[in-house]
Amino acid sequence: MSLDTDKPLLAQSLIDRREAIKRVSALLGGAALIGGSALWTGCAPKDSPPVAADGTAAFVPFTAAEIAYLDEIADTILPDTKTPGAKAAKTGAFMAVMVADSYQPKDQAIFRDGMKTLDAAAETANKTTFVASTPAHRLALLETLDKEQKAYMDTKKPDDPAHYFRMMKELSLLGYFTSEIGCTQAQRYIESPGRYDPCLPYTKGEVSWASHA
Amino acid sequence: MQDQVQDQAYDAIVVGSGISGGWAAKELTEKGLKVLLLERGKNIEHIKDYVNATKAPWQYPHRGGRTTDMIKHYPVLARDYPLNEKNLDYWVDERESPYTEAKRFDWFRGYQVGGRSLMWGRQSYRWSNIDFDANAKDGIAVDWPIRYEELAPWYDKVEKFAGIAGNRDGLEVLPDGQFMPPHKLNCGEELVGNKLKKLFDGKRHLIHARTANITQPLPGRGACQSRDACWLGCPYGAYFSTQSSTLPAAVATGNLTLKPFAIVSEVLYDKDKKRASGVRVIDAVTNATTDYKAKVVFLCASTLNSAWLLLRSATDIWPGGLGSSSGELGNNLMDHHFRLGAAGDLEGLDDKYYYGRKPTGFYIPRYRNVFGDKREYLRGFGYQGSASREGWSRAIAEAGIGGAFKDAAAEPGQWTVGGMAFGEMLPNHANKVTLDETTKDKWGLPVLKIDCATGENEAKMRKDMMADMAEMLAAAGVKDVKTYDLGYFPGQGIHEMGTARMGKDPKTSVLNSHNQVWDAPNVFVTDGSGMTSASCVNPSLTYMALTARAADFAVSELTKRNL
Repeated sequence: MSLDTDKPLLAQSLIDRREAIKRVSALLGGAALIGGSALWTGCAPKDSPPVAADGTAAFVPFTAAEIAYLDEIADTILPDTKTPGAKAAKTGAFMAVMVADSYQPKDQAIFRDGMKTLDAAAETANKTTFVASTPAHRLALLETLDKEQKAYMDTKKPDDPAHYFRMMKELSLLGYFTSEIGCTQAQRYIESPGRYDPCLPYTKGEVSWASHA
Repeated sequence: MQDQVQDQAYDAIVVGSGISGGWAAKELTEKGLKVLLLERGKNIEHIKDYVNATKAPWQYPHRGGRTTDMIKHYPVLARDYPLNEKNLDYWVDERESPYTEAKRFDWFRGYQVGGRSLMWGRQSYRWSNIDFDANAKDGIAVDWPIRYEELAPWYDKVEKFAGIAGNRDGLEVLPDGQFMPPHKLNCGEELVGNKLKKLFDGKRHLIHARTANITQPLPGRGACQSRDACWLGCPYGAYFSTQSSTLPAAVATGNLTLKPFAIVSEVLYDKDKKRASGVRVIDAVTNATTDYKAKVVFLCASTLNSAWLLLRSATDIWPGGLGSSSGELGNNLMDHHFRLGAAGDLEGLDDKYYYGRKPTGFYIPRYRNVFGDKREYLRGFGYQGSASREGWSRAIAEAGIGGAFKDAAAEPGQWTVGGMAFGEMLPNHANKVTLDETTKDKWGLPVLKIDCATGENEAKMRKDMMADMAEMLAAAGVKDVKTYDLGYFPGQGIHEMGTARMGKDPKTSVLNSHNQVWDAPNVFVTDGSGMTSASCVNPSLTYMALTARAADFAVSELTKRNL
């Protein structure tokens, strides 16, 4: 099966096994395919993951420096505003866990190569790494990259690989908005609401109620 | 051979502790029988063992998602939504309990005390005579041996005890019951529902979903707190499960013995008395076998597991197993086909929101091939759906990064509404389970081989299932309506039914009108395996009613010394 448009995923949140399906829906973001989509939808890729000669998986864990780099990417996508940003929510560490544990090897490779590509773009534009670039330069780099990924993802064929920056953006959003800061500060979170009010006045600017889990 | 025989005789043995088994244990113990409740999996104690029930999203390393390791270890579960980080322990370890697929069949199992009553969807609807008349009217399979009127008082009983929240809608196709106040429709759902009333000659109804999440307290149970974390186990006991409801009632009688890790390898059959004498149990931990004796045996192991057990039983008398003299044991496997429908955007509600996370949505009962409607397929379908405002996840596919992007993503987004169809699957002798003697599970039992597929009738129905929802939404003013069909494989509905159908004739059915095996009247099968047809309506409430009815009959027959 493939989950490649947003409406099906949305509607999936409507059936009786709602918690489950909403989980899939929330993680996928009701969005077009993301790098790790195969693992969310349960359709393992037909090509087996590359395995080293000694039988160990080829993936090398992210270093502290790489996690710091991911933090800066996430924080550029979701910076401090009236609420703390993605770095404060330790989103880089979450991204590292997800890529290591949940991405298929081909997507891990796309993600890693993407980190190198981004640094190379920073070198070209700013004569330094992404992390060492100024916040304004980082934002400019990622704004360009965001346009690039959006154009690519909106027109790519279903079996084409995902764009690495879509992966980064998805993991940043997922990591941030399911973090404690993202749930309790950026949104509102009550573990046990105690009642259901089906229709309340809403004023623009009020934030969402976060999901249970 | 068995390692030992348990000397203590029980009045009744119940195999399986899910929705049906819990009801059998409660009813039989409350009527004074000494009952042994056997469960193949581990114990899960109410509240104490719901280890993730109150965890926050950020307390899960993968935020509830799945890892490549999980996919490797749960290849079947990974085919659909059930594989997740939060309640992984409630799903069967596939490495220990394999099965064989002649055709793809997604069998999502819960092997523990409470079975799938811990993770079920809780939708609770009565079937009607439109369902019980269906086979006779269409001239397919065999006629149901019962009608709605015989089941109605049992629906009353189980609804009152389980606690079903719903509205009395007065619809013939979906009979009203003993309801608590419903979980309210939100503004989006009400908007579409009100529009629908004036469309389609008033024949299509958007109603409150009827669900086993209580809106008023019951003894030992608190009302729903709108947490929407049901399938982790509810610390308030607010949804019906074995643990929250039937098990405490059975324990309170002092007549119940619950034995986890007890795999029933066969029903023991006494060919002289033409009765079952008990069951043989494999200890799941030590592999030791023990025979347990009882006057009656209730099989409530779930549809496919009850059939699997019958196939392995009394094979010295009937090579095809206990109940196979009809030629129908293992046959007529059904499910509900689904995973398609439509969804779209609601306008005019941007100044409206809701508070709390309700555990259900709306339901649109069947309207096809009833009340004068005639389609080019048999039977029909219903919809489950809901309306809500989009959350942060919509931002993944949207353009933008930075502060304004982040703050916008934190606000609720577009109101959307959609529905997914659940369709009736016809009984078909060719859809069957058999023993696969070439493959054994961890305990040396030949595994089940499943051979099941949908047919032409389902394919024709699916066109309507998808198109009708889009038509209704568009007619109700919903914008940007999109249809979808995610595809369907049997089993995904987790509504397995059939394989030991009820009927009027021992030559063509496995069970009689009281769920007794024709060939062994002290063996009752009261889970989904007895279903003669599938309806399009969620089946669990009907299993409860059938089980309570069969338990009452069994005790009355015991009293009359007929068993």
